[in-house]
Amino acid sequence: MWEIWQGIIAAARLLVTLDADLVEITLRSLQVTLTAVAIGSAIALPLGAWLAVQRFRWRRAVIATLNALMGLPPVVVGLVVYLLLSRSGPFGALGLIFTPTAMIIAQVIIVVPLIASIAHQAIRELWSDYHDLLLSLGASKRQRIATLIWDARRALLTAGLAGFGRAIGEVGAIMIVGGNIDHATRVLTTAIALETSKGDFALALGLGFVLIGLALLVNYAIHALSRTEREGRW
Amino acid sequence: MRPILTAALMLLAWAGLAQAQEKVVRLAVTTSFHNSGLAEVLLPEIRRDLGLTVQLLVVGTGQALRLGQAGDVDAVLVHSRAAEEEFVAQGWGTHRREIMYNDFVLIGPEDDPAGVAGAAGAAEALQRIATAGAPFVSRGDDSGTHRRERALWQAAGIDPLHASGRWYREAGAGMGAALNIAAGMGAYVLSDRATWLNFGHKDGLRILFEGDPALFNQYAFIPVNPERHGHVKADLVAALEAWLTSEKGQRLIGVYEIDGQKLFVPNAAQEGSDG
Repeated sequence: MWEIWQGIIAAARLLVTLDADLVEITLRSLQVTLTAVAIGSAIALPLGAWLAVQRFRWRRAVIATLNALMGLPPVVVGLVVYLLLSRSGPFGALGLIFTPTAMIIAQVIIVVPLIASIAHQAIRELWSDYHDLLLSLGASKRQRIATLIWDARRALLTAGLAGFGRAIGEVGAIMIVGGNIDHATRVLTTAIALETSKGDFALALGLGFVLIGLALLVNYAIHALSRTEREGRW
Repeated sequence: MRPILTAALMLLAWAGLAQAQEKVVRLAVTTSFHNSGLAEVLLPEIRRDLGLTVQLLVVGTGQALRLGQAGDVDAVLVHSRAAEEEFVAQGWGTHRREIMYNDFVLIGPEDDPAGVAGAAGAAEALQRIATAGAPFVSRGDDSGTHRRERALWQAAGIDPLHASGRWYREAGAGMGAALNIAAGMGAYVLSDRATWLNFGHKDGLRILFEGDPALFNQYAFIPVNPERHGHVKADLVAALEAWLTSEKGQRLIGVYEIDGQKLFVPNAAQEGSDG
């Protein structure tokens, strides 16, 4: 119990003094995860919408697979991405291993199934409302997907935030592909793992509280900006 | 979708810019070296003297050598002689240069249920643990410390794997994590002295056995062979090696201490005596 208090004190001290290392790794955490969620959403939202409107033979299997991949173990993703990006791997010549870019790639793979699954669920319900209307208007498939994504934007925001939540707290994959290099690829979660291994529980916990605070802040900010729960249904 | 993509590309470009520094060397080091805190003294000096940023990848010796073999790092600083010599013999490293040494210590609960404190040697200490069936935490991660621990069990004539899951507990973790586990279980554990001294959560543990020559722990620097991996920065690595073995580098290693205790003894031989 005492250690938790020490953690709160450590977090307060880090925040009050605006510790330079803390600011750096916090910004890097945000940079990596926001980029991964933005790229992931650009892939997953159209994919989720397309799966909702398109009928094809293996649709059910594809959706079930996508749902299952929501639980993709990050450490396995990390290992596979490492083997691909390693200097001895097929993409080694790009020199991406142990860079923030490698961490972003791993996190994109982790968040795409999650965002796409939630997006598909939300859009499928909307599609049953809109089906007749959009067909009677003669909307093309591209127009249908665009309309559905736009009108489901609140629910899709939740999908994006779920992806953010999974990625910001993730340590297994980015530890392997990023290497937790000080001033290069260290982020909040890998710093927490490092401080724990040094037995400095107070600092580890302090960083943990900063991470939780960051997640809250991002969620509040996005809700405030997109004015959820304010106007009508959407 | 387009604004999101644009934003993503901009963020990606930012990520790329952040790493566009010129003189950077990647060095894989063992967790025991990093946990000692010595790097925090040496790296700023290296940056000042050579204008060189050393990026540390903190892993076990086994993984460090794998990273070197894959060409993902420019050099390694590890402590497992047999594995190092094999690494060089297979042509992955150019040569092995000894830098410094410290020693391993046997840590355990203060009340010492197996009575290892009075043992005559490391082998006898381990035999007493096995006889008492007292919990022992093994790194279990193929690190230099883990390899040494296995060698010590072998010297003691015991195969602890028969007791795996009972008193012999393989953590599969770094040195600090293994110490945390030992503290939690009141178990014995083999640690390098540097990590132990720098460890913040000793919690009922203390050094129970030390001083046997079998516990000697040599660290060596191995540049990755540029003939195998053309992209490694051989000239920067040579500069780093020269600095570590220089009079200044060796002095800084020698004077580093925690709580009044010296952690490493520098012992780099001068040029021409590659091990």
